[in-house]
This record gives sequence, C-alpha cells and structure tokens, in this order.
Amino acid sequence: MSGFNYHKASDVADAAGKSSSEDALPLAGGMTILPSIKLGLSDPSDLVDLAGIGDLKGISVDGDTVTIGAMTRHADVAGSADVQNAIPALAAMAGGIGDAQVRNRGTIGGSIANNDPAADYPAACLGLGATIVTNNREIAADDFFKGLFETALDSGEIITAVRFPVPARAAYEKFPNPASRYALVGVFVSDGPAGTRVAVTGAGANGVFRQGDMESALGGSFSADALEGISVSEGDMASDLHAASDYRAHLVGIIAKRAVAAAAG
Amino acid sequence: MTEHGIGVSVKRKEDRRFLTGNGNYTDDINRPGQTYAYFLRSQVAHAEINGVDTSAAEQADGVLAVFTGADLAADEVGGIPCGWGLTFQNGDPMIEPAHPALAQGKVRHVGDAIAVVVAETRKQAKAAAQLIEADLNQLPAVVDMKKAIEGGTLVHDEAAENTCYDWAIGEKADVDAAFDEADHVTSIDIVNNRLIPNAIEPRVALAEYEAASGDYTLYTTTQNPHVIRLLMGAFVLQIPEHKLKIVAPDVGGGFGSKIFHYAEEAVLTWAAAKVGRPIKWTAERSESFMTDAHGRDHVTHAELALDKEGKFLGLRVRTLANMGSYLSSFAPAIPTYLHATLLAGVYTTPLIYANIRAVFTNTVPVDAYRGAGRPEASYLLERIVSKAAREMGIDQVEIRRKNFIPSDAFPYQTPVALQYDSGDYEATLSAALEAADVDGFAERKEAAARDGKLRGLGYSTYIEACGVAPSAVAGALGARAGLYESAVVRVHPTGSVTVFTGSHSHGQSHETTFAQLVSEQLGVDFEAVDIVHGDTSKIQFGMGTYGSRSLAVGGEAILRAANKIVDKGRKIAAHILEASEADIEFADGSYTVKGTDKAMAFGEVALAAYVPHNYPHETLEPGLEESAFYDPLNFTFPGGCHVCEVDVDPDTGVVDVVNFTAVDDVGRVINPMIVEGQVHGGVTQGIGQALMENAVYDENGQLLSGSYMDYTMPRADDVPSYHVSTEETLCAHNSLGVKGVGEVGAIGSTPAVINAVVDALAEKGVTDVPLPASPQNVWRALQEAGA
Amino acid sequence: MATVSMTVNGNAVAADVEPDTLLVDYIREHIGLTGTHVGCDTSQCGSCCVMLDGDSIKSCTMLAVQAEGAEVTTIEGVADNGEFHPMQQAFHDNHALQCGFCTPGMVISAIDLAAKNPDIDEAGVRRGLEGNLCRCTGYHNIVKAVLAGAQAMKG
Repeated sequence: MSGFNYHKASDVADAAGKSSSEDALPLAGGMTILPSIKLGLSDPSDLVDLAGIGDLKGISVDGDTVTIGAMTRHADVAGSADVQNAIPALAAMAGGIGDAQVRNRGTIGGSIANNDPAADYPAACLGLGATIVTNNREIAADDFFKGLFETALDSGEIITAVRFPVPARAAYEKFPNPASRYALVGVFVSDGPAGTRVAVTGAGANGVFRQGDMESALGGSFSADALEGISVSEGDMASDLHAASDYRAHLVGIIAKRAVAAAAG
Repeated sequence: MTEHGIGVSVKRKEDRRFLTGNGNYTDDINRPGQTYAYFLRSQVAHAEINGVDTSAAEQADGVLAVFTGADLAADEVGGIPCGWGLTFQNGDPMIEPAHPALAQGKVRHVGDAIAVVVAETRKQAKAAAQLIEADLNQLPAVVDMKKAIEGGTLVHDEAAENTCYDWAIGEKADVDAAFDEADHVTSIDIVNNRLIPNAIEPRVALAEYEAASGDYTLYTTTQNPHVIRLLMGAFVLQIPEHKLKIVAPDVGGGFGSKIFHYAEEAVLTWAAAKVGRPIKWTAERSESFMTDAHGRDHVTHAELALDKEGKFLGLRVRTLANMGSYLSSFAPAIPTYLHATLLAGVYTTPLIYANIRAVFTNTVPVDAYRGAGRPEASYLLERIVSKAAREMGIDQVEIRRKNFIPSDAFPYQTPVALQYDSGDYEATLSAALEAADVDGFAERKEAAARDGKLRGLGYSTYIEACGVAPSAVAGALGARAGLYESAVVRVHPTGSVTVFTGSHSHGQSHETTFAQLVSEQLGVDFEAVDIVHGDTSKIQFGMGTYGSRSLAVGGEAILRAANKIVDKGRKIAAHILEASEADIEFADGSYTVKGTDKAMAFGEVALAAYVPHNYPHETLEPGLEESAFYDPLNFTFPGGCHVCEVDVDPDTGVVDVVNFTAVDDVGRVINPMIVEGQVHGGVTQGIGQALMENAVYDENGQLLSGSYMDYTMPRADDVPSYHVSTEETLCAHNSLGVKGVGEVGAIGSTPAVINAVVDALAEKGVTDVPLPASPQNVWRALQEAGA
Repeated sequence: MATVSMTVNGNAVAADVEPDTLLVDYIREHIGLTGTHVGCDTSQCGSCCVMLDGDSIKSCTMLAVQAEGAEVTTIEGVADNGEFHPMQQAFHDNHALQCGFCTPGMVISAIDLAAKNPDIDEAGVRRGLEGNLCRCTGYHNIVKAVLAGAQAMKG
C-alpha cells in the first residue's frame, strides 16, 4: 500500500466530484481495488468510498424489470426473494461469485465498473440485456463493456443502478479456474424481451462477449442440441496455464450447452 | 488402558489457545524498539550484478540501514550451508556452490535477495526498497532440466552441464542381465510435478541482539530450532551456541518447507547487531512462493522387467532431480537417500539400479516436502506396476499380491540398502479392498456411465522409510549431522511433570501425544504433564521434526528418559520403604514392595526426591530429572494400501475423487484421532499433487503459478470425506513399536489417484496422464487418444 | 492520519491510522489482537476472517477506515466468558485443527455459514468454506465439525 487519500462520499454528486480527478477511484466493495493496490498493480491518489450513500443500495422489482442498486452486495442479490422469483439465474449467479466473504462485501456496481475479464456480472448484464444507470445517463450493456478492464464510464461517472429485463428463461453456468475460482469460462444465456442472448465471460481474449452464432441457433430452437456443431474461434480466446485457447474454445461450447439445458429446464 | 493412555483418542491440549486466538506465532511476537526488514528481490531469473546503488534508499524516511551482499562479504558472513554431501559415481564430491545470504556477483532465481532495507515501519522499508537501483546484466535462464544438462548457460560456473552430482545405486550389469531374460518389459516416463509447500503461516523471522551480554535471539518459523542454531551459528555467523538462542514458538504448518536454514534468518540476526535494534521480517505470500524451498520436481524414465507370470525381475530407473539454483539444507539427500533406496517398495524385486543426476536450474531451491523422495518413489513404482498389469492383462490386485514381500520374510533386506523390520502388506491390502467396497465397483461404474461419467479405480500399495534417523546410516549416506533425538523429563516436587523435547510441533499434536505417553509410563494424570519444545535455551538439544520422526525417535527418547525416572524413583522408594531395590515394583503410578502392602505413590516419591532428609547421599542424588538421547538402529517402515475411485467428465476433463480409502500400518497407534487427522491431511496434499498443484515456470524463469490465483490449492470442495483406518504391525526396534504417520498420506495417495484416472480413461484408449491431472491435461490426454 | 473508531468484541476502540491501513493490521497491530492471521496477499486464504456487522469478511481486503463505526468480532471475542462457542467446541471435539493458523478464520467462517444455513449438509459446508484454505487437516474433520457445530448452534 503506497498511500492515498480516503473520502467518504455523502451522495452521488459528491462521489462524482471527488472521483473526477485523473488518479482518483470510486471505492465500492473493494474486492478488486484493494488487492490490486496491495500488490502494487494500482496506485490511486484518492479513494472515494460509496458505502455511505444509501440511495445506491437495494433491490426493486417493477413489472418486468429488476433494478439493483450499484452498492448492493452479491450476498443480498443471491438472497433476495424478489430476484430469486423474477430472475432465478441472476440470484444463482450472484450466489456463486467468489466466496462467502467476497459476496459479503463485493457489489454489482463495483464488479461491472471493474469489468474483470473473468468476472461473472458482466456476463449476466450482457446475457440479460441489462441497462447500466449512471449519474449522467443510461448505457445499454451492449455498449458498456469495452474490453479488458475497460468500460464506457467516463472519469467521475458513477454507476447508480443496473436494470435487468425479466427473461422468459435464463441460466448461468460457470467452469471455474481451478486455482482462483474466477470464471475460466462462464456462459449466461437468456431468452426474453431482450432477445436470445449468449454472453461469455472468462474465455475471451478481449473480455466478455456475445456469441452470435449460438444466439442465432437458439433463436431457432432454444435447446442444447441447437448448439451442436457450433465452434468458437480459438483465435478469440484467452490463454493461460490453466487453459490454452483451444481448450477454452472447447469449453465455451460445452458450458453453453449446459447453460441452455439448465435454462430450458 | 486409562482414560488418557496409549490408544485413546484424547482431545488435544493445544486446541484451547488456537481456538480462542491465543496462539503465539512468530509474527505475534513484538520486541521493544522493533524495526522491520524488507528484502529487495530479483525479478529476473539469471543476471550478473554490475552494482547496487543503495544511496537513495538510505536517505528515505525511516530507514536505518540498507545492506547488500557486499556488506555481508565485508563482514565475512558465510554462505548458507548444505547439510548433506553426495558423490559422483566415481567418488568425486558433489559440486557445492556458494550460497550467499544476499546475492553476490549474480542473481540465480526470481526472488533471489539483492538487498535488505531496515526501517522503522514495514511500509517505510518496502517503499525504500523501491529506491534501490540494481544494475543487472540479464543472462539466459536455465529452466528445463533436460536442456540444463546439455550445458550451454551455467547456473554456477563450477557445475559443468549444470550437474550437482551423478550418483547411482545397485549393480547395473546384473540388472541389465535381468532385463535380457525378461518376458515383458514395461517402461514409463514420469514428470513428478514441482510443488510449493504452502504452509498457511508464511515464514517470519525476528532477531535481536543484546550488546551488553553479546547474546543473540532469533524467533523464527522453523521445524528444528537446534539445527538452525547449528547451521547458522557455526557456518554462517560464527556465533557460539551459548550466545545464540533460537525460539520456534507456535508454527503454522511446515510440511518440510520450514526445516531448512533460510537466508533471511541469517541476514536478520547479523543485521540486528549492526543496527542495534530488533528486526522483524514477515514474508508476504508472493514472497513465500519464490523463496520457500519447493518440492518434488523429478524427470524419470523407468523400466520394469517381468517374467511371464508377472513376477518382477528387475527395475531400472534414471532420474533427473531438480536442485534449483542453490543447494538447500537437505536437498541432495532427497532424490538419493530418501528416494532411490525406496525403489523396492513392498515387492521382492531382486535387482534394482537407479541413476540419479541432480541438476541446477534458475529456479527456487528444491528440498524436502511432505514425504520427500518417498512420494516420488511410490509414484514411480505404483504407476509402473499398474501399467505392467494392464499391458500383461493381469489383475491390478493380483500383480501386487504376486510380488509382495511375504509377512514371514522380515527382517527383509532389499537390494537398495534398506532392511525392512516388519510389515504385513496383505493385511492392509485386504482391509482396503473391503473398506473401499471394491466388489461393488462394477455396479458403481455402470451407474456413473449412465450420468455420462467415466469411473475408475486405482490402487497404491506403498511403503516408506521414516523416523529419519540412524545416525550411522545417515552418516554413511552423506549426512553431516547425526539424526538422533533428545528429551528431558523433569518431575516437580508435587508430582507434576514437564517434558522437554527436541521434537517440534507445528501441527503434529505433540503436546497431547507425548503427554499420553508420559502419563501412561509414570502413572501420573494427563493434565499434570506439559510438553515444552521449540526453544534452544530450554531444550538441551534436538534434531527437530520432519521425516515422521517425532514419535519414533523423539517419543522413544522421552520414553527412555521416563524409564530412567522410574528407575530413580525405585531407588528412592527402596530407601524409604527400607526394601531392596530389586524388590520394588512399579505399576499404575505406585511403587510397592513385592509381596507386601507397603507402597508409595509416584507423587510421594517425587516429593521425597526433593526433600532428601535422611538420604544416602553417597549413592542417591536429590531431585527427579532425567535426560536421554536416542539414536535408533534403523528407519521405521510404515506402509499400506490406498484405493481411489474417481469420476471423469469426458467433456471437460474434470476429475472428481468420489471415494478414497486409506488403510495404513503406522505401527502402534498412541492417539487414533490424531493419527487419522495426519492421514487426512497427507492424503489431501497427495490428491493436490495428483490433480491440482503445479509450480510452473516459463522459459525465462518467471514463476507463472506465483500466487493462489494460479497455484491450485486443494479446497474443501475439491475433496471428499475419506475412509481411513489402520492395521498394526509393530516396529521391531523401538520399545513403543511405533513407525510414524506424518507422511504416509502424501506418499501413498498420489499414485492411487492417477491410477484411478488412467483406469477411468482406459476405455477411451488413454494409457497415461501427466501430473497434475488437471482438467486441461485430462482433456488433452483424451484428445490425443482420439476420444 | 485519521482516527478510526469501532467496536471490537464489544469494546469501543479507536486508533490513529493512515487511510491505507488494512483492517487486519488495525486489529493485529493497533488493537493488539493477534488471533486474526494473515496467510496470503490475494484474498484467498481466509485466515484473516472476522465478523463485521454480522457477516464474515476478509479483514485483509478492507481498509480500517471502511470499518468506522462497525461492530467487529474477532476470534478472541467468540467464546463467552471462557466458555467455548458451540462451533469452537465442535472443532475441539472433532480434531478440526492441527497447526491452528487457519483456525481463527475457519471458525469465523463456519459460524457465519452455520448461522445463515442451520440445516446445511456436507456439500453445502464444503462449498461454504471455499474461501478458507487449510493445509493440515485435509478438511475432513473441519467438515465434520461444522456439521456438528451447526446442529449445536440450533440447540
């Protein structure tokens, strides 16, 4: 740890102001920022803690939309009867992020703002066609995730909530990295008002992505069998000591089928 | 059997402090005026050091001193010594390069220490280290052993072809002749994966120096404080024993990695005198990954010759053993003394030849890790035996039975130097077959197939040599120290007992097991016995805990001291009861005059020992305290049978251990609960080696698996609950009949797991899988088999 | 420097610390409660787990300033006047600890897990302890202990 200023923001405007300087970062649950700072991978001048902003927490269901405040913890999403009823796949996904202690601190806003290429929430947002709400605007998930650790957020822009359209069916399957337990391959599939979607995390060389061939096939028939024969390109895959790109490409096919089978019930 | 006696699962004495946060680990200790050290470490694997500029760091906030290898050299601080000397086949001594505590001239692995900063706070020390400018001329890294022995880049100029030694055991010509006669030869190539021990407590050292007395104290996370005192005092810093105290308080796991004398210990002790203040260093986990000695890392080609019935005729083994960049304390002994000598296993193989070539690479030093050499031996043997059975169409159990050393053949002399004293391999095998319900396997395999899983069953019938000792044997094989153990039993005037042992507990439960022993032997209450360990100023001497030696060597030393107490008490009782010493009997904590009702309780004798009114002082000293040093006649030889059942998901390559059965013969069991716990832990580390753990370097010598993000540690949901039991044959040469249990789990389990994976994949045409059988490796094996 | 105040094991505590001070360092070095351990630097091992406002968290992955005003329970605060908590008792009865280093974090996690899932089964316990590494026990006896402790906590 190399020294930074700490601010506890009183409201969203305060947070936006304080985090607008170049080296300042908003602090949500801290599950990624703090380890990064500890290991010297990140060196912010200021951390702006969002935990005191009550408006950013909570879950509401309004008709066909689930809205989750940015500072809502994974444990709260996983344990929410409302989410479990409306989008069980989303609750289950949140219940499988990290470990119990990560779920007790980590937040939806922090996760998607960080856009770790192996995080689960980006797949859920993209796979459900969510809308990311900030203090300035609303951003479709399709426009939000911009590659490895990159998003459409501007400096000083604070995520306030994420809105999920309730799908007819959805599921998330994760093949965890054996060591870190992050997603080596995670596939979120859904079928509903946002169309038929297949979003893949963990696997892509450039972060979370939608798999168009699979979506087209599922548009015809929402079944695991429909994915037979569809291959993803090795060249688009990440590669590391746990999974070279060919194995990752293979796993995307397997995990996608399992997700579809689970969603199709 | 008493409530706390031998054979009872007594609950542990040490639990209360650990469960309430009152343990006393090294990092929990703070000394007045304490400062903090941070080591600047090389980020490249191999480089010449042109110069190290510490001037900016010295001016940084809170910095007291910055030292480099040059400062150590100027003070004539010695290198880190190796405790074991091997020879080449022609008798020449092994190449033993200098191992400076801070790098001098060159850095040889990522993590090699270049400088140390001492500052008022940890943060200041770390910040200042970033200001040190090390001018390094990077050299190509030597990583792969097969390339290393081709020569080219040398880790040490004096080690041609990067070879430390090229050693052999057995008569090669005789073994070759057996292969010429064989009906079948099975061969196998094995890469025994490099592991990182990963005790959950990182290493810590805290050194202080008292100028007025000239006394040094080092608190350190070690498994053997006296050995550290000897190695560091005598060879590195030239501090005589009476001026150097080593304290190893509660230590959070070791698994071998805390046996060795590490550079940080010496640097801190030396620097504490320079700075005149206590200095603490606590390893960050990332630092542990690149400085704690690693384990295993063999590349082996082995061949087994069999007759047409499947009887073993001969075994030929050629192994490259990675030493890493420097020789750690016991590194040369692991692939030779503790590996090649175990290649008979539980079998009557009459002829064995093994050639071991130890190789330097630009990687972290490699040394003992739980099992140390014996897991590599059992893995090699149990894999090749299973492969031979498969090739010859012989049942996996049958081929083992056919070649077992029979239970009436003990003592049994193997062709590779060891003499086994006792064992019954059929007993552990048949108990395991029953416990694992092998008869029901076919049905379970069918059920698994209905779920799309490939089920496999794997066996391992293993032996190990532990209770590492006999000084004579160790000396003959190159040890530069003895391997005995010592104990003092002090009976206090009111009859309570303090036992001082040279063994060291870092999870082994000595405070409980040893108290059970002494309680039973002296007939005193279990609660009245306390065990003291881990402090060279309190314990007379000790060789520490590793190689499953605590009970078989340390426990026997305690027993012998306790027996001397009983004998001394007999003299006291005879005097007070006015009887002949020969007529005094001792049982259940009471001395009685044979054939009379005259008796004295042990506690009364204890009091009398310290209140020597009317004593025959010419023949009887006051006091009741005895010491013993015990050097056994032989190793002990635990063995047993492990049976593993796995499910493989052919789509993903994921292996799931669904059943694991271990039936071990560890000799007499003092505390079954503790014995089972040791097996559980060892088996999990063995499953870890089989399926998960792997230290991976890239070609530049960068450790890719340098944190828990990439080094796969077994977690609770990676393993099942186990079926663990024991069969007992007694060790023939210690009075307790104990053998040792610390390592059997890690030694027996890994081959059982991989044999099960190979069995599961056999129907797909797979004949081998690499270690670890990670999902990717299994999937790739299936791809290569065209499945 | 900022003054950070919180309640630790029922006692109000305060210390002046830099903003980058981790909660675990605050607990170990400023409050002097050394039962909470540090076993890694990547938030994986769980040795540093404490209860924070009723949830187990990793105190190595939280700043002390973030815990301002919080109720923290460390392993030292789990027993009640020297009486083991049922989970501590279950760990003792089932030999669920060896070297003891991971134990404080393991017990804290286990209490949180059992409190929130009173009818948990073996698979649930194994999944629920994903965030805590133990190198000694192979988890076998820890799992037994947590199942027993969960039952005892219900009673």
